[in-house]
Amino acid sequence: MKIVVDFDACMSNAQCVRAAPSVFEVREDGFLYVLQEQPPESLRAAVEEAARLCPTQAITIEV
Amino acid sequence: MRSVVIVGASLAGVSAARSLRKHGFDGRITLVGDEAHLPYQRPPLSKQFLAGTWDRTRIEHRMPDSLGLDWILATRATSLDLAHREVALDDGRGLRFDGLVIATGARARKPRWYADLPGVFTLRTIDDAMAIKAHVRSGARRFAIVGAGFIGSEAAATLRDLGCDVTLIDIEPLPMLRVLGETLAGVCVRLHEAHGVQMALGNAVEGFVGTAKVEGVRLADGRMIDADGVVVGLGVVPNVEWLHGSGIALDDGVPCDATCAVPGVDRIVVAGDVARCDHPYYGPLRIEHVNNAIAQGDFAARTLLASPGAAEPCTAIPFFWSDQYDCKLQLVGAPSPNDAIRVVEGSLGERKFVVLFERNGVATGALLLNSPHRVPTYTSIVEDAARAHEPAT
Repeated sequence: MKIVVDFDACMSNAQCVRAAPSVFEVREDGFLYVLQEQPPESLRAAVEEAARLCPTQAITIEV
Repeated sequence: MRSVVIVGASLAGVSAARSLRKHGFDGRITLVGDEAHLPYQRPPLSKQFLAGTWDRTRIEHRMPDSLGLDWILATRATSLDLAHREVALDDGRGLRFDGLVIATGARARKPRWYADLPGVFTLRTIDDAMAIKAHVRSGARRFAIVGAGFIGSEAAATLRDLGCDVTLIDIEPLPMLRVLGETLAGVCVRLHEAHGVQMALGNAVEGFVGTAKVEGVRLADGRMIDADGVVVGLGVVPNVEWLHGSGIALDDGVPCDATCAVPGVDRIVVAGDVARCDHPYYGPLRIEHVNNAIAQGDFAARTLLASPGAAEPCTAIPFFWSDQYDCKLQLVGAPSPNDAIRVVEGSLGERKFVVLFERNGVATGALLLNSPHRVPTYTSIVEDAARAHEPAT
């Protein structure tokens, strides 16, 4: 699984951080950081939840 | 359950459709939408889309064909027949359903003095936003914004950034007063003033000036605000007229229980701006924000699929954000403007702070200005406080 974030669409609302804190982090500079671009399958449900909750649909999961 | 009809083809309806498929529903899903467009995101309409930095394809909802949805667009539901489980459409058709999702949203409120003059706009739909953009492109430079809530404030900020003269008008003495309370509304007014927005606050509007096209706004104190464009942002009205006489109870939207189910009827659920959902922590609330539409669409779908008594309550903590100028404002929880506020990070003067709203010493919400990295923390704080003080039922 590969995570692709549209950083132009990302508005740093940090809903993904709540869903998958080991994968997403919004830092003090106000930007989103993807901590694991290819997280293990065990995180799939959390990452899918993060993508679903993103209010700007900035997160895509490839394969 | 073989067929689900979703009335309302915007975010809550789309979220419900996705959730139905995700949870294994393989029957027919029909989405009915009154707009001619496939679903799009509304938040950018007053920001990036209005500013022209994002085009139309940029704000479309990504809807994979694999979801297998039937779309009926540019069509309005006109009534609901509970006995026959059928929705009537304005093209004369009737749609039978086993399960129904009511997600008809809300429309911009037009006050009694509203008139459809050229140059007068509301800002709710993509057509509204395109009309305002076209008006700016055709040379309009002096905008009056009636209503200093979030839509009005964002429209003011975006039009100002586009180089227009902007006057912000509201009956309240400060912008967003009814949401944020006096102290924080004071921060907002200074933000607009710092960007050169003129204020005409504490004023009721009497009507428009102009006959062939709008030339200004007439205030109750007799003043005229000259304008060649007016955006009216005075809140929304839930779209429930099609349910009149159906037997579904209505009360500022469609009341539903915490699982989004309409009480007393079989497999009819509500989601999004039109839902007056009995929140497990906050009681009955109609919430007009994106995250609520996502959450309730999902819960409503799962409630349709659940066996009797097994549906889960939607406990999502309300969240929304607003971008104005270079400021990002994020609000979590369900605070009242009368709650006490306490600055817990930063300071009001430096435009980077976190404020907690408290009632009887309990956190009811948090406002974050330019502090998005603190959203997870304060959502947890507000959620823990709400859960600990959940009203006994």
